[in-house]
Amino acid sequence: MTEKLVIIGNGMAPGRMLEHLFEQAPGRYAVTIFNAEPRVNYDRIMLSPVLSGEKSYEEIVIHGDGWYIQHGITLYKGHKIVAIDRAAKTVTSDHGVTENYDKLVIATGSVPFIIPVPGKDLPGVLTYRDLDDVQAMLLAAQSREKAVVIGGGLLGLEAAAGLASRGMDVTVLHVMPTLMERQLDPAAGYLLQRAVEDRGIKVITKANTKQIIGDGKVEGVELADGTIIPATLVVMAVGIRPSAGLAKDAGLAVNRGIVVDSGMLTSDGDIYSVGECAEVDGMVYGLVAPLYEMARVAASHLAGDRSAAFVHSDTPTKLKVTGINLFSLGDFAEGDDREEIVLRDATAGVYKRVVLRQNRIIGTVLYGETADGAWFNDLKKKQTDISEMRDTLIFGQAYQGGAPLDPMAAVAALPDDAEICGCNGVCKGKITSTITAKALTSLDDVRAHTKASASCGSCTGLVEQLMSLTLGAAYNPATVTPMCTCTTLGHDDVRRLIKAKGLKTIPAVMQELEWKTSCGCAKCRPALNYYLVCDFPDEYADDYQSRYINERVHANIQKDGTYSVVPRMWGGVTNSNELRAIADVVDKFEIPMVKVTGGQRIDLLGIEKEDLPAVWADLGKAGFVSGQAYAKGLRTVKTCVGSDWCRFGTQDSTGLGIRIEKFMWGSWTPAKLKLAVSGCPRNCAEATCKDIGVICVDSGFEIHFAGAAGLDIKGTEVLGMVHTEDEALEYIVALAQMYREQGRYLERIYKWAKRIGLDEIRRQIMGDADKRRGYYERFVFSQKFAQVDPWSERVSGKDKHEFKPMATVGFAQAAE
Amino acid sequence: MTVNWISIGLLTDIPLRGARCVKTPDGKIAVFRTAENQIFAIDDHCPHKGGPLSQGIVHGAAVTCPLHNWVISLETGKALGADEGSVRTIPVRIDGEHLFIALEALASRAA
Ligand code: SRM
Ligand SMILES: Cc1cc2nc3c(=O)[nH]c(=O)nc-3n(C[C@H](O)[C@H](O)[C@H](O)COP(=O)(O)OP(=O)(O)OC[C@H]3O[C@@H](n4cnc5c(N)ncnc54)[C@H](O)[C@@H]3O)c2cc1C
Ligand code: SF4
Ligand code: FES
Repeated sequence: MTEKLVIIGNGMAPGRMLEHLFEQAPGRYAVTIFNAEPRVNYDRIMLSPVLSGEKSYEEIVIHGDGWYIQHGITLYKGHKIVAIDRAAKTVTSDHGVTENYDKLVIATGSVPFIIPVPGKDLPGVLTYRDLDDVQAMLLAAQSREKAVVIGGGLLGLEAAAGLASRGMDVTVLHVMPTLMERQLDPAAGYLLQRAVEDRGIKVITKANTKQIIGDGKVEGVELADGTIIPATLVVMAVGIRPSAGLAKDAGLAVNRGIVVDSGMLTSDGDIYSVGECAEVDGMVYGLVAPLYEMARVAASHLAGDRSAAFVHSDTPTKLKVTGINLFSLGDFAEGDDREEIVLRDATAGVYKRVVLRQNRIIGTVLYGETADGAWFNDLKKKQTDISEMRDTLIFGQAYQGGAPLDPMAAVAALPDDAEICGCNGVCKGKITSTITAKALTSLDDVRAHTKASASCGSCTGLVEQLMSLTLGAAYNPATVTPMCTCTTLGHDDVRRLIKAKGLKTIPAVMQELEWKTSCGCAKCRPALNYYLVCDFPDEYADDYQSRYINERVHANIQKDGTYSVVPRMWGGVTNSNELRAIADVVDKFEIPMVKVTGGQRIDLLGIEKEDLPAVWADLGKAGFVSGQAYAKGLRTVKTCVGSDWCRFGTQDSTGLGIRIEKFMWGSWTPAKLKLAVSGCPRNCAEATCKDIGVICVDSGFEIHFAGAAGLDIKGTEVLGMVHTEDEALEYIVALAQMYREQGRYLERIYKWAKRIGLDEIRRQIMGDADKRRGYYERFVFSQKFAQVDPWSERVSGKDKHEFKPMATVGFAQAAE
Repeated sequence: MTVNWISIGLLTDIPLRGARCVKTPDGKIAVFRTAENQIFAIDDHCPHKGGPLSQGIVHGAAVTCPLHNWVISLETGKALGADEGSVRTIPVRIDGEHLFIALEALASRAA
């Protein structure tokens, strides 16, 4: 006797299941399907090509109406099941049809997640899941107006690309710093963003949607930072949720999805579940490969073979946007027991990364060149030991088996007319012949004479190889100390290339400069962060996770993990109100140590991290801002009492010091920057051992620089003499900016000056009014973004996670 | 022994390449989230001189101690490179967005 099989949902998973079932047990079941969507089974994956116009709906149908007739299936199109009665073994649809079953399969798929913001229900807000959504988008696209896609994952980007190819002006909002962060590491995410932007799609990362605005219909999206992006269409593609509500109402075990065993059986012995709604071994899936595996297993069980079991396997992710090649597979997180091999080809926009554990591939990210994806997948699946081909593994399958690739041999084999330096159009023959003719031995010389690698510098490696080919043992490659082990480039090259190539994010720098690691280290990240803040003050968003702890929490960490707080006392001057406020804070928070610093201000030591915002709030009320005693930035401007009080004072040294400190506070510098202004050559403010110092004299102001009084002791050098306070300020600021633009991270001003040459600095600051003015103006521009008191920012709630424990646990248990 | 998983909050409570602390009766635990969304928990106590590891820079699956720059593996708790020492790691479970740590690992240490 035929048994009755009822299926809820007519998506890709049950479609595949039925194909297997009809093969294994033809005629065993009479099948009835209820589908909320009013149509047959189609290839949901191919909705994006339908949206972009590369395919039509007819082309993506999997089972046409004939197939259902042929197999005697009753298909209720547009019927949504609203109840399962497990005792009576029936299901009932929203149109009132009730069917009884012997076996039931729940295949309800997923529902798009809708972020619960105001305006989410406005007409014009769509999700991206089925053909109806695509049709609605196509209708909206006829307007050729603006669209916003919320979500920079697979679906969001496919929707964006489709809408853009239909002529809409599209902006993608993504809450994370890089696109598709679940499948791609930041380097690949950066390349992807560039490719998406190349299609004219705007991308805003770290974008937190606050609400969707509009009166009666969508008019735009407002972000948490207040930005408003106008739009007549908003597509939410922020993720999916297994559609498990119906099963839950029926009393089946439901976790994230409908809980099934390895045979796809739910907690009810007559009910199976397959597809995105099913949770097996704690996992739910959103790609079809594992769903098809579920379909195979469920079909076997329904056909009576109970041995089939679902096994997890990783599925590669690919993005179906024509012209963007991307492949991601498995686990590509870092770890001690893992090693990574990274290949970056900045010119070709290629990034490849293979993660290994014990010489076996566990994860792969490929961008730009994905032809070897299948090969890597196969090596991973088979857990092949790759030690033999380790050196060439990353180049792909084509390089295996043959002679290992020697980069030098490859360069030697290039013809003389091969272009080496694209920026300056210099070919190989020109470089080698100039080296020989002019007896050049250093890279700098070759740059000077041929211009090769003198612009963007990305061909430096090639030029060096040519030098060593031409000169043989006589060539001693430049002894640049690399920034860290993540790169072969030194600080100066990195700084130059950041500017030359306009690299504005850390992942951009790492990709374009071919970093050897995927996310840098504690040495290079703070340096890169500074260089970007310095070069792009208006565009670059400071990356707090790349700052040392003191700069991240705006206080100095102490040996016991508490913090010290040093408020600014401009020029070392204070008054009774300020002192009283400090005294109150000390009492209120029981601060164990109060000390006058060597920088003419007061240090409050031993404060718990959690108390910091409250301490700052109280200090802030009394008018204090952060003294930035922690910053690679402007620290203090020490002053003496000067002409207002001192019988020897020649100028208002206190006033000038305060003026400088108010002008320069908040600025980031390569290393800390300390200034002082003394009212006469007796020099009570110790200006002649500071980074920048001023000695006031009757005729004006003598500006000093490049002193040191820490690890090294060194008297300052004289920069020059100026006659007015205004000039003194301009020259000092220009000098500071020159140092900001050229200093290597953590290089104090005296070391920078030694490297650049004192005369060169004097020439530019004292002798070249245009240069000086340029430096001054760039500093002033940068201050617009830098002079934000970090304390009041934190008090008003920014980064509040930094200061609170995430949770407090276990105390009750301990008391037992 | 049954494992006692204690909920400590959401994945998104921790910034990428950052850390948060969980207070327990016998000291703080640092919970890290790497650039690639891995979560690790270790005692917030550097094997060198007790520096609060939660305050360091996170890179790869390691953290650089904020006090004297030892680099500690988040997976094994061991100091990397030339330095020697290790800190206790605490099992973590991620369920969707929810994070749990195994508490009796703490109890057993207290015992
Ligand atoms: C508080 C203070 C000592 C005091 O009690 O007076 C101090 C305290 C620290 N100094 Fe200093 N320095 C202090 C004035 C100085 C001075 C004198 C001055 O500024 O007039 C110097 C010599 C001048 C100079 O900077 O070269 C000084 C040279 C150093 C150095 C050596 C720097 C160098 O390049 O040679 C370090 C180490 C470093 O920065 O790497 C340092 C580092 C430190 C650190 C930040 C150590 C650390 O990394 O934790 C100390 C922080 C303690 C804290 O939390 O407050 N401190 N330190 C002074 C704070 C001044 C302020 O108000 O901001
Ligand atoms: C635009 C897009 C692109 C994609 N690209 C890829 C890709 O490149 N690669 C890949 O592997 N995967 C891709 N996917 C995911 C893939 O399409 C899904 O994983 C797969 O279709 C899920 O199959 P399913 O059978 O579980 O559910 P679905 O195909 O979602 O089918 C569920 C069906 O059940 C119906 N239903 C729900 N509740 C009820 C109810 N109570 N009563 C009756 N019927 C109900 C729904 O209407 C729906 O038709 C993509 C998805 C989308 C939307
Ligand atoms: S001299 Fe400076 S760095 Fe050294 S112990 Fe004193 S405060 Fe700390
Ligand atoms: S305490 Fe961590 S390195 Fe010293």
